[in-house]
Amino acid sequence: MNQIVKVGMADLKVVKESDVLTTLGLGSCVGIALYDKVKRVAGLAHIMLPSSLQIKNNQNQAKFADTGIALLIEEMIKEGASAARLTAKIAGGSQMFSFGNNGSDLMKIGYRNSIATKEILTMYKIPILAEDTGGNYGRTIEFYATSRDLLVKTIGYGVKTI
Amino acid sequence: MSFSLEDLNNLYLDVLREIGNIGSGNAASALAKMIQKRIDMDVPHVRILSFQEAAEALGGEEIVVAGIYFQLEGDLQGNIMFLMDISSSKILTSMLMGREDEDGELDEMDRSALQEIGNILSGSYVSSLSALTGLDLKISVPSLCIDMAGAILSVPAIQFSQTFDKILLIETTLTEGNNLVKGNFFLIPDSGSFEKLLSSLGVYN
Repeated sequence: MNQIVKVGMADLKVVKESDVLTTLGLGSCVGIALYDKVKRVAGLAHIMLPSSLQIKNNQNQAKFADTGIALLIEEMIKEGASAARLTAKIAGGSQMFSFGNNGSDLMKIGYRNSIATKEILTMYKIPILAEDTGGNYGRTIEFYATSRDLLVKTIGYGVKTI
Repeated sequence: MSFSLEDLNNLYLDVLREIGNIGSGNAASALAKMIQKRIDMDVPHVRILSFQEAAEALGGEEIVVAGIYFQLEGDLQGNIMFLMDISSSKILTSMLMGREDEDGELDEMDRSALQEIGNILSGSYVSSLSALTGLDLKISVPSLCIDMAGAILSVPAIQFSQTFDKILLIETTLTEGNNLVKGNFFLIPDSGSFEKLLSSLGVYN
């Protein structure tokens, strides 16, 4: 049974076998798709900020790259995945608006989200098989638990599978 | 931070609605002058929504919208975003250019017209805010982005999320004849500036 499971902003979900995970309209946020090939367990997190340590309002773990990835791994292990087998694909982290050189740090949040995501995945020794990050446009992503394919759809920048 | 957005009382929402009302009123007259037509305006709706609800209020994460983003400068730091769906954007640019059709793609000329419209509307909003609070406020040059609502919304959502898990949306509807233009303002003060704004309005101390 093919079920499409939607992951919202600052949210994460785990599915098995033939299901599809999707998150719509990623901008500066980053979509982190993790996969265990043997158990066919797929997880997708939609993080908004790089680190829970810099922010007081940090109750929602799925909002941050550090706590979000930790929680996603934990949830996938509950579904039978092994942390040692996990691989990653990531997308998003764009800069939607630009103010030239006067831009504050917040304007570079997409870039900072991508960097933090990669650092944390490296820390957990999870190999990043593919990424589609940066640019100045939005992305809708679909992650297929059967094939590990990550489909990236955009407006005006085409569709691709990574 | 000792309060949450959910705790904000109705008085505060009323004040914001009133600012939205005056601001949009000024904006509507500026726009009417520009296109030399009569423009009517509804009383704005002020709503506090979760990120998901905000995307749904705009018609879904994947709907194409135009967002015009400003930096707020002076006594308050933060941002203002003016957001319209693509059909409202086309109606407005067509009005401004004196064109009949609204089907064509937006070209460079339309994009700068949109930035200018955003400038007028946001400028009016900010001057009302400034007049009511006595704070010295300015806005930067605009930055325009036309893309998926979810992606554009992620920018104010991320800024809000540093402090809150909700977003403050002010919806304004402008009508010219049969043309209906729906615009949304997002007011996003940086943390610290929120208290300053509330105390200057006399609704938080």
